[in-house]
Amino acid sequence: MPRRNGRGILLTRGGIMLRSRLLLLAPLLMFLALAYLLPFLGVMRWSVTLPEPGLGQYGTALSDPLVLSVIWRTVRICALVTVLAVAAGYMITLLWVRGGPWMRLFVELCILIPFWISVLTRAFGWLAMLSNRGVLNTWGQDLGLLAEPLTLVRNEFGVVIGMVHFLIPFAVFPLASAMRTVDERVLLAARGMGASRARIFWQVFVPMTRSGIFGAMLLVFVFALGFFVTPAILGGGRSVLVAELIWLRIFQSPDWGLAAAISVIMMLAIGLLLMLTMRFAKGTGR
Amino acid sequence: MTVLRPGLLATILAALVAVFLLMPLIAVVPVSFTPGRNLSMAGDEWSLRHYRALIDNPAWLQGVWLSVRIGLVASLFATALAAAFSLGIWMLQPRLAGLYMGIAMLPMVAPPVVSALTLYFFLTSLSQWNGVIGYDTFMGVALAHAVMVAPFAVVLITVALSQLDRRIDLAARSMGAGLGQRVFRVILPNIRFGLGAALFLTFVLSWEEIGVTLFITSVNAVTLPRMMWMGLRDNIDPAIAAISVLLIVIVALVVLIRTAVQLRQKGDM
Repeated sequence: MPRRNGRGILLTRGGIMLRSRLLLLAPLLMFLALAYLLPFLGVMRWSVTLPEPGLGQYGTALSDPLVLSVIWRTVRICALVTVLAVAAGYMITLLWVRGGPWMRLFVELCILIPFWISVLTRAFGWLAMLSNRGVLNTWGQDLGLLAEPLTLVRNEFGVVIGMVHFLIPFAVFPLASAMRTVDERVLLAARGMGASRARIFWQVFVPMTRSGIFGAMLLVFVFALGFFVTPAILGGGRSVLVAELIWLRIFQSPDWGLAAAISVIMMLAIGLLLMLTMRFAKGTGR
Repeated sequence: MTVLRPGLLATILAALVAVFLLMPLIAVVPVSFTPGRNLSMAGDEWSLRHYRALIDNPAWLQGVWLSVRIGLVASLFATALAAAFSLGIWMLQPRLAGLYMGIAMLPMVAPPVVSALTLYFFLTSLSQWNGVIGYDTFMGVALAHAVMVAPFAVVLITVALSQLDRRIDLAARSMGAGLGQRVFRVILPNIRFGLGAALFLTFVLSWEEIGVTLFITSVNAVTLPRMMWMGLRDNIDPAIAAISVLLIVIVALVVLIRTAVQLRQKGDM
């Protein structure tokens, strides 16, 4: 069968060449099929066979009050984290994209340095900052502002702070690309017609970056749902999210079937979320 | 040129966010010099005992060395596979390119904890067959990391290829270059920066990987992040603060040097 290459030119060389080029695609696809797709099917099998065949584990996952409370807490915390991270990201991106040259440089360093530092180090940084004998509480007591240390970690507050901190750089990148495409002349036109700075910002600039805000929120929310390390360290086992629940059900109080069922549900939920947004993005693009 | 600069309020808000971003990185410093055994701030007395502990306890150095080796194997393997794959997509433009890309991106898009459970299943199954590649082994962790970082290499190399002019390849072919010559002497040299970036990013991602590593290691393959995790969970070991300071300093230096080089290049133009 004749094939066409990228520019629509018929390839007339022998079939050996075509096959050797398919060999380029095969290694990665085979590797992922063996090391990822097949094992995921195995996890799906766990979810319907452990401890006994049937859909019992899905029933448990969707009716057990403990699991439901963890799911509800995850959605609640992720929604809060998404709003906070995108709002904070918007503020700092504004300066990164529209500030003066030195300001841009400074902001870029503030974003890039935390971005390249590992999740563990950053979570530990918040422990150093917020724990009972950490920087904030020690200063507060030395200055006489606090009679006794505030409990700032090992609770939901610590989890939210740590997650927002981790996710701000991820919100910044889509926001920055949206802000860079804003047409300067529209802003100048708004000013020329006498709009105040606040009005230009809220009624012209923000609506023009809507796609970036939407993209950033989706990215942050999807990332936040699968978070494991930050909540586990800063939540201290008191504020368990779905990912940590899966870990607990594998290694602490084993119930592999339930862990597998929750994983499958999570994968489906995120796939659905991505599909809906793609459809939505197409719909608005028209 | 930007005509409308951010005002005072916008600048103050952004500065607050910047402080928030840098705060935990700076807070680590006074904690790392504490003379105490638990997490606390160094007061009047500063001590280097936790830095000393990093040297005295061979486990830290072993963790670093293991992470470096795993990072090298995982990044080389993942980048090689990703380069072949991206080249295949670029040259062939197969009809199912979208599907192939979707499969290649899966470990990046899926929630990390689901990937972790999947790779746990993969490696424990392999362990039943052999002792080299499996749960809690060097090769097992390297393979699992390769799965997790390969999509990032695909993204970087695909972007590099998309900026490459197809006519270069067409010219080489019309002058009689075979497939091997086109790939190794024309295309790959032209995307060497993309390949370098992919190697670097995949190495860094493997070096700091913890979510999956927690699921697939226990006592033998203790990478540096795994070692830090063990010191963070229950009683916080201030040695973590010392190693964190070192890691933060390295990252800050690399980012600063890179920015300085970029500034100088811009200045020269």
